[in-house]
Amino acid sequence: MAEWFVAKNSELKDGDRRVVTAGKREIGVFHKDGAYYAYSNICLHQGGPACEGVIINNVIDIIGPDRTYEGQKFGDETHFVCPWHGWEYDIKTGEMVGDRRQKLRKYEVVKRGDDIFVVA
Amino acid sequence: MDMPRSDVRPVDFDSFSTPKHLEHAAQQAYARNYQDFLIVDVDSHHYENESYAEVFEYIENPIMRRDAIDSGGRSTGFLNTQVGGQSMAGRIIRNKGRRLEKPRASKHRDIGMTLDWMDSMGVDYACLFPTPMLFLSAHPVPEVEAAMAQAYNRWLCERILAHEPRIVSMLYLPFNDPDAAYKTVKEFGDKKGVVGFMVTSPRYKPVHDNAFMKTYALIEEMGKVLSFHAAYNWDDRALAMCNRFIAAHALGFMWFNMVHMTNWVVNGLPERFPKLKVMWIESGLTWAYALMQRLDHSYLMRTSDCPQLKRKPSEYMREMYYSTQPMEMPDDKTLLEATFKQIKADTQLLWSSDYPHWDFDLPSTIYDLPFLDEKGKRNILGGTAAKLFNLDTKPVKKIP
Repeated sequence: MAEWFVAKNSELKDGDRRVVTAGKREIGVFHKDGAYYAYSNICLHQGGPACEGVIINNVIDIIGPDRTYEGQKFGDETHFVCPWHGWEYDIKTGEMVGDRRQKLRKYEVVKRGDDIFVVA
Repeated sequence: MDMPRSDVRPVDFDSFSTPKHLEHAAQQAYARNYQDFLIVDVDSHHYENESYAEVFEYIENPIMRRDAIDSGGRSTGFLNTQVGGQSMAGRIIRNKGRRLEKPRASKHRDIGMTLDWMDSMGVDYACLFPTPMLFLSAHPVPEVEAAMAQAYNRWLCERILAHEPRIVSMLYLPFNDPDAAYKTVKEFGDKKGVVGFMVTSPRYKPVHDNAFMKTYALIEEMGKVLSFHAAYNWDDRALAMCNRFIAAHALGFMWFNMVHMTNWVVNGLPERFPKLKVMWIESGLTWAYALMQRLDHSYLMRTSDCPQLKRKPSEYMREMYYSTQPMEMPDDKTLLEATFKQIKADTQLLWSSDYPHWDFDLPSTIYDLPFLDEKGKRNILGGTAAKLFNLDTKPVKKIP
């Protein structure tokens, strides 16, 4: 295991990300709501760059108390989307939201002073 | 802990490069030694609407040509279109990204764009189809379908196929006008890069209509392929009940091919055109297996409904060709293996990407299957297509 430099904390604004090539591994490092998350950049579907697509919140069907459909809205859960085919992952867990039993490999992120590192 | 040097890059959407977008595909290609064998993609696409200014100039009829040019390729006007979120509200970034793309130098931007993704995936030859014109079958004016088909086919042959031997096509057949379909085969059958003719499936003229027999006979005589390329028509009365694209797409891409296949078989067309090579494109695979069982079950009780048949429907279906994409991936791979066995995948199945559309497949969808041996993989990925299209089997790609 080694620590791979990602960015200065001050450079990586909230909502921003970096893709780190750490040896033979590609890792996406996200800064979201004050926390850092790091996942394998290889999509579980067909191997696309899972961490390099759009970041978008989950979509929710609004179902009324009488169980009728009332429309849609964005929820509070943030997803990152593989740009090849649209597989969506929960940014906080790395779970594939269509089947949460499937997860991207997660990596530890450490801060040393103003420097951010990913452990891989 | 040591601190090795890492390569770090930001993610931005201000530029787009297909080789960059498909970098992982090229890595897969090297890891699986695609450089050593032939890969043929029997179903890929370009966006011909980006070249409408050129295509419209090929419309023969001056009234229609003026109408088309005046419309400028707008979504309303000369041509019909379909509702449908192919880019998933921007989640599929290459749809917008292609506008920013600077492809390799070539005789035409579409050639450069196509070769870029082909090399990244490890593809040697690609059969190129249009995109918006997949819905042209639903145009209310048959003359417009015929005029656009002729213009597009001429443009494709002159501007694309004539200049790039790695790109071939099965040309658009204006099936709502049987005479125009026949003339299309006559005019283009011998053109460079034309390996067959393609019927877009969402349409309502039955394949067993007598008006088509001379066209089938001509394609059979030429030794070309007749293919049915699936698509949806959200205006179809059954599909109009669907409120979400996923439903209209998933059902539509199977539905029309199921109807055409059923009519093709029960009307005895395989007996009437025994040497005609027929291919079914972009419906996945499970539909064929399901339909084989369904038709066989009914046929044994109702042989008088299809007196031309000398064998069970599934036996005729097993002699036709199928493209892979969008290939279903059940958790239980024995189901997929059984499907492969039923459609005789080793000789009848041909890999397709459907790139750059939202649900494209890589060659690894076939190469990584645990139940195929190396020979079987290579047949599906290119060997069978090479025989069918009469292509050189020497790999010519340059994986970046």
